[in-house]
Amino acid sequence: MRLQTLSPIVALLSALLIPAVSHAGDIRIGLTEALTGPASQYGVPIQNGFLLAQDEINAKGGVNGNKIVLIEEDERGKKEEAINVYKKLIFQDKVLMIFGPTLSNSMFAAGPIANSAKVVAFGTSNTASGITDIGPYIFRSSPMEADVVPVTLRTAIKHLNIHKVGIIYGNDDAFTKSGYDVFKKSLEELHIPVVDTETYAKGDVDFKAQLTKLKAADPDAIICPCLSEEGSNILLQSRALGIKQSFIGGNGFNSPKLVEIAKAAAEGTIVGSPWFDGNPSVQNQHFIAAYRKKYGTDPNQFSAQGYDALFIVAEALKKIKLTGQLEQDRQALRDALPHIQIDGATGKFAFRPAPEHAGKPGGYDANQTPFVYIVKNGKFVLLK
Amino acid sequence: MLAQQIVNAISLGSVYALFALGFTLVFGILGVINLSHGGIFMLGAYAALLLTTWFDLSLWIALPAAMVFSGLVGLLIDVLILKRLRQRGAPHLMPMIATIGAAILMTSLAQGVFGSEARRFPLEWFNDETLKLGTITIPLLQAGITTLALVLMVLMMWVLKRTRLGQALRAIAESPRSAALLGIPVERLFHLTSFIAAALGGTAGILIGLSFNAISPFMGQPMLHKGIAAIILGGLGDVRGAVLGGLFLGITEVFAVTFLSSEYRDALSFGLLFLMLLWRPQGLFGASATRSA
Repeated sequence: MRLQTLSPIVALLSALLIPAVSHAGDIRIGLTEALTGPASQYGVPIQNGFLLAQDEINAKGGVNGNKIVLIEEDERGKKEEAINVYKKLIFQDKVLMIFGPTLSNSMFAAGPIANSAKVVAFGTSNTASGITDIGPYIFRSSPMEADVVPVTLRTAIKHLNIHKVGIIYGNDDAFTKSGYDVFKKSLEELHIPVVDTETYAKGDVDFKAQLTKLKAADPDAIICPCLSEEGSNILLQSRALGIKQSFIGGNGFNSPKLVEIAKAAAEGTIVGSPWFDGNPSVQNQHFIAAYRKKYGTDPNQFSAQGYDALFIVAEALKKIKLTGQLEQDRQALRDALPHIQIDGATGKFAFRPAPEHAGKPGGYDANQTPFVYIVKNGKFVLLK
Repeated sequence: MLAQQIVNAISLGSVYALFALGFTLVFGILGVINLSHGGIFMLGAYAALLLTTWFDLSLWIALPAAMVFSGLVGLLIDVLILKRLRQRGAPHLMPMIATIGAAILMTSLAQGVFGSEARRFPLEWFNDETLKLGTITIPLLQAGITTLALVLMVLMMWVLKRTRLGQALRAIAESPRSAALLGIPVERLFHLTSFIAAALGGTAGILIGLSFNAISPFMGQPMLHKGIAAIILGGLGDVRGAVLGGLFLGITEVFAVTFLSSEYRDALSFGLLFLMLLWRPQGLFGASATRSA
């Protein structure tokens, strides 16, 4: 008698204890970006792009009737966090694959975990060389600096009549240092001499000592593989010191913030980018409008790359039949991805196998032609 | 080029000096290394930014208001954290660790409220006005920072040496217990010192935010490292030492870039700091046995 009265309560309690299970047909995908910390200025727009794509795909009924569920995690732009989050997503949440992390440094740390667990790790913002050397489960949709920089330089040289350049970059950051290495190599290949190389450290705000030296070396243009925040400060201080030359930036310069902060000082700056907001394609204009509507701000390159990445994976998912066997499904997705081509917000996209290293197969890099543009009257204008 | 580099060196050094002033004051009087000074520096800059851009106040009203705001933050830290530790007679490391916590709290708070992107004051302001002497350019604002750092140094030295308040503060620096026995309101003066030091830190944040266009939740940390170097160099707790230590650090950094290479800038300037401490462990102006304020 007593047991009988208790049983509904027990049933209720046990129902509460079972965690909310997702619906049978949900496709669970991990999304880990830097949502706090300095790298969140990249991580948040990326996540926004992904969430917008998730909305759009699911609103149209998902993939083969299954909804995509992004399991979001904050990796705070730190290697250790990225490793923890990867382990959680792979072994605990049992996701099909993982997007992120935001920084190349973090992918170098976390990527090997996914690779040895045979789970696809897909970076949308990792541009450093060597990321896809980790192994055959590593994918990225972000073109390497090594792909973008030679195109940027050739276009800049053609337009600005450049015979010698100066360089300033941050030498204590993997991203800017790798950007510098790429520029240096491309300049050697193009036979453009470097008359002065200056460096700064993270957190510096006063660059006048280095810029005074650069000015004295009198280059035809100044190469700045910097992030946009330091970059805009460098631009402003250069102009204050009477430096009139154009700046050529890497991936980090590629931000509306640069013009917003540096204003007139940014005139003539040349950058290469996989995304161009003025690209009139239907997909891009739709993306920009939808992003503005959802978030009330303008998207940037990173949000466009996140947005496209989910469509790339959705396209691959359409081609495979999910069995519910996690290992089998993870492998099927891995095998389908390399052949996917889409026409997205960043333009035409395809993968390219990374070259083998010491007999070990690599992952897949982005095969995309970058846009090169110049700042004119406070706007990014395409340079052809 | 050399003349311009000398101007660059002094202007960079003044930035460090201005930051180090409040930092050293707290150490001199309270005997505490307040590692939340970088956080206060950052909040001061944000306060001025908010007052000018959201509330459309003129800089001449926003500046003192933001100074007072920073001072209040410092006072709050003193009342909530440092005072409690003092009352419990906590060992010296405690306030240091506690203020690291306060700094992390302020940084995360600023990041939550304002986001992690760097912000700036509207460019239209006197930011890019420069003095031109032949080939040398001196940004007006930075000339102002240098002057202000020197004026504040002299003013504080005068207050400490010549006024009754200064006498009381020096007595506290010597021994808070004997000062209390002499009838000096020690707690109240601790609060006042924290307020003034934080107001100075906030002012440094505003001016540096103005002249370098970079207000971000993380701006305090690198400045804190340079500030610690400056006050150790000058002699912990010495007002004159903080300013000259800051200038010295700025000059070494710029000259390292000019004559050697920017690659070795920090190695050289911090290497020099190390040598300096081997030669004079108490810093340029620190007295080895007695504490001076």
